[in-house]
Amino acid sequence: MAKEFWRWKEYNWQDENLNWRDGKVITGGVDVGSVSSQAVVMVDGELFAFSNMRTGSDSPNSALNAMNWALENTGMTLDHFDFIVGTGYGRVNVPFADKAITEIACHARGGNYMYGPTVRTILDMGGQDCKAILCDERGKVTNFLMNDKCAAGTGRGMEVFADLLGVSIEDVGDLSLDVDEEPPPVSSTCVVFAKSEAAGLLREGWSQSRVLAAYCSAMAHRVFTLLERVGVSPDFAITGGIAKNIGVVSRIERELNLTALKPKHDTQIAGALGAALFGKALVEKGKGRKNKAVA
Amino acid sequence: MKANYGYMDGSGEYYITIDTDKCMECSEHFCVKACPAGLFRIIEDDYEDMVAEIIPNKRQAIKYDCAPCKPLEDRPELPCMAACTPQAIEHSW
Repeated sequence: MAKEFWRWKEYNWQDENLNWRDGKVITGGVDVGSVSSQAVVMVDGELFAFSNMRTGSDSPNSALNAMNWALENTGMTLDHFDFIVGTGYGRVNVPFADKAITEIACHARGGNYMYGPTVRTILDMGGQDCKAILCDERGKVTNFLMNDKCAAGTGRGMEVFADLLGVSIEDVGDLSLDVDEEPPPVSSTCVVFAKSEAAGLLREGWSQSRVLAAYCSAMAHRVFTLLERVGVSPDFAITGGIAKNIGVVSRIERELNLTALKPKHDTQIAGALGAALFGKALVEKGKGRKNKAVA
Repeated sequence: MKANYGYMDGSGEYYITIDTDKCMECSEHFCVKACPAGLFRIIEDDYEDMVAEIIPNKRQAIKYDCAPCKPLEDRPELPCMAACTPQAIEHSW
């Protein structure tokens, strides 16, 4: 079978020092995106466990698989939760969620938790869209702009390029920086055109690094225009899978003349984290499940 | 939050903007009845505030639905903006 260069690392994580049975409020957030799904479990507002995996063809199953993987070997079940919020593209298809909240609100809330209350601009570079979100010190959205018309400027676009060039998706960022000078960007309008253009450049003898630099540069410029339209206020942070690509991040920073905040957690879980935080706030308002199982 | 509902064509981008932080303070929601095209409805947003939004299946057609309120000459104040007591509604065109 051919190697899948686009395939990024799927994994789960649990805080072994946190005994969830001692917790009073257990909330969950499930972000079912177009490309990846994440489940986050919080105990009294502290991150306890999460999983990050590829979304399958069935959103309810993807949500369930993500949550089951986050809870693996913890002894916790869905019955132990006080509240679960679904978010992301498939948020209405999370069968065990108590409420669905948009990923824009959840990324702002999650970004506020991950980066601190000084963050005002969050760029969520998702699998198939890109959102520039402005928020206040509480993580409440004040304005946003979204591009969902094309895979260019998104994680899926980067996966296409990783496969085209035969470079592991996790190495794309570093490799794109291995150029003597920045090449002109490829088309940023459409990932299909960009792919054709890149294939032409490879035939002309461009190195993998140079082509990747041209694509990362195009992607950075595309999201820069989105950020420019919404208006960037520092502090600035990036969430989503592309936040792990140093080639794109450094070029966005250069265009903005701003340094992005460094994340405390996996940038892909920001939406699910925000969803779990919304759940906690709703429990505190007295809207939690009344009959949860005794831990 | 500034919630923008609009369209883009060859001549530019056009939005109806609802400032939900102002809108949530209003309990009357006169905008809903004031709009001759019935574009507005009240929903509970992500923060559990009751705010106005443009009805989803009408968002693609605001160019046409808003046109009767926007004659090229002697344009009166728009009914939705006039009815909005917290002045939360703006039109970019």
